[in-house]
Amino acid sequence: MNKQLEARRRPLDSRPPQFWVGLLIVLFIMVVAVFAEWLSPHDYAAQNLTKAMLPPFWMEGSDPDFLLGTDRLGRDLLSRLMVGARISTAVGVFSVLIGGAIGITLGMLAGFFGGAVDRILTRLMDIQLSFPPVFLAIAIIAALGQSLTNMIVVLGLVSWVQYARVSRGTTLALRNQEFMLAARAIGADTGRILLRHLFPSVLPPLAVIATVNMSAMILNEAALSFLGLGVQPPTPAWGSMVSEARSIMSIAWWNAVFPGLAIALFVIGGNLMGDGLSRDK
Amino acid sequence: MTRYILTRLQHLFWVLFAVSVLVFLLIYLSGDPVRLLAPLDASPADVERIRALYGLDQPLIVQYWNFLLKALQGDLGDSFRYDQPALKMVMDKLPATLRLALFSLALTILIGIPLGLWAGSHPNGVVDWIVSLITFVGISIPSFWLGIILILVFADKLRWLPSSGDASWRHMLMPGITLSIYSIGLLSRLVRATLIDIMQRDYIRTARAKGLTEQLVLYRHALRNTMIPTVTVLGLQLGGLLGGSVVVESVFAWPGVGWLMLQGIQNRDLPLVRAVVLVIGLGFVLINLTVDILYSRLDPRIHHEQTA
Repeated sequence: MNKQLEARRRPLDSRPPQFWVGLLIVLFIMVVAVFAEWLSPHDYAAQNLTKAMLPPFWMEGSDPDFLLGTDRLGRDLLSRLMVGARISTAVGVFSVLIGGAIGITLGMLAGFFGGAVDRILTRLMDIQLSFPPVFLAIAIIAALGQSLTNMIVVLGLVSWVQYARVSRGTTLALRNQEFMLAARAIGADTGRILLRHLFPSVLPPLAVIATVNMSAMILNEAALSFLGLGVQPPTPAWGSMVSEARSIMSIAWWNAVFPGLAIALFVIGGNLMGDGLSRDK
Repeated sequence: MTRYILTRLQHLFWVLFAVSVLVFLLIYLSGDPVRLLAPLDASPADVERIRALYGLDQPLIVQYWNFLLKALQGDLGDSFRYDQPALKMVMDKLPATLRLALFSLALTILIGIPLGLWAGSHPNGVVDWIVSLITFVGISIPSFWLGIILILVFADKLRWLPSSGDASWRHMLMPGITLSIYSIGLLSRLVRATLIDIMQRDYIRTARAKGLTEQLVLYRHALRNTMIPTVTVLGLQLGGLLGGSVVVESVFAWPGVGWLMLQGIQNRDLPLVRAVVLVIGLGFVLINLTVDILYSRLDPRIHHEQTA
């Protein structure tokens, strides 16, 4: 008990270093994304054919004005990477929020009410689990049409199950605890019990899932953008930048390499956070 | 056991029902499906005629019923673009996708499990550290990007391997590695964590106490129990490999089902997309069923629990 209290008093110090490294990476990319318009050295859409396919700064023939080089239309790669971070960030954050909101709601309802509600919702989880999520997302977006909103909503919709399973488990374990009985005894209604008494305990175990899921969503978004099912040009997304670079890959490889590195960095950040959180026990 | 199989079959029924509804509704997500069929300059009367021709003027539930009856007879409609039965087109491309997925599964098992066992039997050593780093990168890099880097290095620069097509086993190497990199990372991390957990159990201590060599403890007592979560994840991963094939087949122009689906998407050829989704969905469901049955064979506790 004493140990538990101690852990609660100093929660931040008990996190292993990889959590902090991951958090730093993720925050860095998100800050760049939010302030992309002020931070980017050039207009991401400005074309200059006389400066097309310039190499990055350490190579011969580079231009110090374009640190990471330019693409086939002479657009600054660094600026495009910065603006592209916005898509990844938006998808990473909002699809996790949507998936989390749906999953937590359904999971808590299933665990709290049990019976037929639980049976139906558990069946629904099983059904969703019997389908590969990315594949489902591709199919739905193919039918719905491509846009940022569609992508966020669809990726959120296909990722609710994990949150639901864990919230259901937590709810089941807590349902008959004394503090729940006490809340009912003093006359709190069901809504209040769920929201004020149960919800705060349901959240913490979901932190690992949320961080790892954020990484998965960023990877999924990149794959969908690569396939041309994401945000449409001229708005740059990292996945579509890799795809656009394929035709000039052998003469200007940096156009394909840097966006991929950016995706990997973001995903590594999220996974490091999840790894750190799951060891913190 | 009979009751277990009955529960599974009931489950199967619901899943198939859900897949069929999803596949049926897919065509409506795009708005009015008649607009995809009718020429742009069709008159309103023509549009209505096309609507009636395809039965799209009937209530949704009747349309679903007709769709289901036809689907059960293997008729998923004709591709808008190629005027061929959509299901046949998918079945023609399926072997290529299965070949790639099975090759990737083999890579996952042959690389992922030994890596995980190697790291897990020396926790916190140098080997463990290196393997953890590699597998961490493996689950974090986008597969399409890895594929493109591989093409850049091994096809463009070194000219060792072909960059596209499926003419020989050498064509399969790069797509296979690209498709399996995530599963390899995931599986070896799982095997490592499971093994470390198991090696601290009481029955391992007993095995050691009776004087068995560390090798015997590992292979006779720990390995089989490590396989229980491994089989589940492998099953899910095979489904993931089928799904991931859309991306990898596009990178390497591998003429499989995923590639076909992309063609369908680009041409707004929804019957084709629908047929691919149905076939892959059914494949995934069958794999899951197989895994569940395997699972209960591996771990007798499971089916006792279910039948109790």
